[in-house]
Amino acid sequence: MNKKISILIVDDEDSVRNSLYSWFIEDGYRVECAENARTALFKLESDNFDIVLADIKMPGMDGLEMLRRIKARNEDAIVIIMTAFATVDTAVQALKDGAFDYITKPFDPDDLSHLIRNASVQIALAHENETLKGRVDVLENVEDLIGNSEAMKQLLKQVLSVSQSNSSVIITGESGTGKELIAKAIHSNSPRKYFPMVSVHCGALTESLLESELFGHEKGAFTGAMYNRKGRFEMADSGTIFLDEISTVSAKMQIELLRVLETKTFMRVGGNKEITSDFRVICATNRDLKQMVEAGTFREDLYYRLNVVNIHIPPLRERKEDIPLLTEYFIKKYCTSMNKPILPIDPTALMHLCELEFPGNIRELENMIERAIVIGNGKRITSKDLPLKQNFLNTAVESLDEQEKLHISHILNKYNWNVSRSARALQVDRVTLYAKIKKFNLSPPFKKDFTDI
Amino acid sequence: MELPPISLISFGYWDHDFLKNLVKNVSHELNIEISIREGHLDVSDFYDANRRQYNANDMLRQIETYFSTNQTKTLGLFNIDLFIPIFTYIFGQAYLGGRSGIVSVFRLSNERYGMEADDKLFMERSTKEVVHELGHMLGLIHCYDTDCVMHSGSYVEDIDQKSSSLCMECRAKLVS
Repeated sequence: MNKKISILIVDDEDSVRNSLYSWFIEDGYRVECAENARTALFKLESDNFDIVLADIKMPGMDGLEMLRRIKARNEDAIVIIMTAFATVDTAVQALKDGAFDYITKPFDPDDLSHLIRNASVQIALAHENETLKGRVDVLENVEDLIGNSEAMKQLLKQVLSVSQSNSSVIITGESGTGKELIAKAIHSNSPRKYFPMVSVHCGALTESLLESELFGHEKGAFTGAMYNRKGRFEMADSGTIFLDEISTVSAKMQIELLRVLETKTFMRVGGNKEITSDFRVICATNRDLKQMVEAGTFREDLYYRLNVVNIHIPPLRERKEDIPLLTEYFIKKYCTSMNKPILPIDPTALMHLCELEFPGNIRELENMIERAIVIGNGKRITSKDLPLKQNFLNTAVESLDEQEKLHISHILNKYNWNVSRSARALQVDRVTLYAKIKKFNLSPPFKKDFTDI
Repeated sequence: MELPPISLISFGYWDHDFLKNLVKNVSHELNIEISIREGHLDVSDFYDANRRQYNANDMLRQIETYFSTNQTKTLGLFNIDLFIPIFTYIFGQAYLGGRSGIVSVFRLSNERYGMEADDKLFMERSTKEVVHELGHMLGLIHCYDTDCVMHSGSYVEDIDQKSSSLCMECRAKLVS
């Protein structure tokens, strides 16, 4: 959450102001305090606060009078009234005068959080309207989505456009391509960013555990259910739920999921009270769901309910130009977390990385870099630190032309694009090699001119 | 960023093995050495007879004034019911980015809720609360990741939902 919601606390008691201040600061809000109504009104003249949280009983001007004055200046202002002495009359009066809500001290921390969340929905809607009026296409929270390739740029454009809507999204891509990161980026750039994004790894849970995880359970619902437990759909209220490996969900759970997605209501396991939750759903899978529908292993109606928007993440081997940037990112990440200076990487090692196919995609590259930092000599990353024993002959590629292209590319990278040396290794003359480079449209993986010595 | 040393001070009677395991668990989560010692404080000074609870604000100020040093982060460990004026109860509190904090395990045991004792669960909850408050002392605010130990929790069920570990983002903030 990058845009901080601001709160002005108005209460004549030091201890109340200090406690609320600490609580809200810990939640990441911007907070200021005023010890009386006049000071609060003075602050409001020069500063905007999203929420005013005010006590009713204060010396001088009371909270209700202050509320009226605030609303007179700004009818959309969100003012929450708190009091230690709850009466129906004062509550009704406060709400009539335009208070957003009313809370009695002392309150359960959850009640306060719930109240601020409700107020945040209002604020988020107001911001969304402003954003739509004069939109600047800048994405937030995409620092972990690394890459300058065309594929990456297209992906980020899709994230931007899809994040503004409430539509269900299916993210597809091989394992290790960063599907959860894309889901987080969509959430962080949506109006729901002030609320949780809750993740569920469907593939890791049995059917009964998944049911309990998604819907929650009541105490005693099954052996081991010692207390009531909120499910993930409930936790995602106003936010986003991310269902990873959606293709692994059983037939029975698919029916239940479909019902929840359609009605946004459900009951906890063992419960009889209907719960409503306003969530946005993002799913991810590395399987072809359309094929599964045709094979009868995934419900067609659920597929169409989920697949309003499809974002496909290409495998790393289709965007090799991003490997250097990703490598640099992971080196910085792991050297920092291991309290080591940032290690350089040998150009030869980097070239070798660019030749790999990475069936495990970005996760595989990340593991390689982490391992290299752990086992390396601590001065630089070399080819010795990387598990590069890989058959460069890609058996997935059947055509002779493609095999030739891959091999020539490998040799050129090995000799740092020195054409003469590469030609000698390939046992062809330089003219032939230049012709092949032109034919296959080869170029160095990063900015470098050929040398011909 | 190198994390500062952490000192845990236990007040009142504690099972030695419980404290030893608590320190081990928290140390593992934060990857930092933690020292533990016994402290003495007359908590009756902080008792509110109307609420039948102990004022956490005043107790935190005591820790800050008499037990904390500039070289360490100090967390007081208690087994009494804490409150602050606005809330019905709290599990703990700390100065954000500061050197002092307090945690009470009073509301973390199953018996408090009329259920069968579960020592393993009690240890898990205690570990999470200590890591959470230490996280605040190390500058971390509440996290939206529901699995992260820094996710806020008002009820003991909320504590059970989250893990005892920091998420990648919070961990990165600690070392940056």
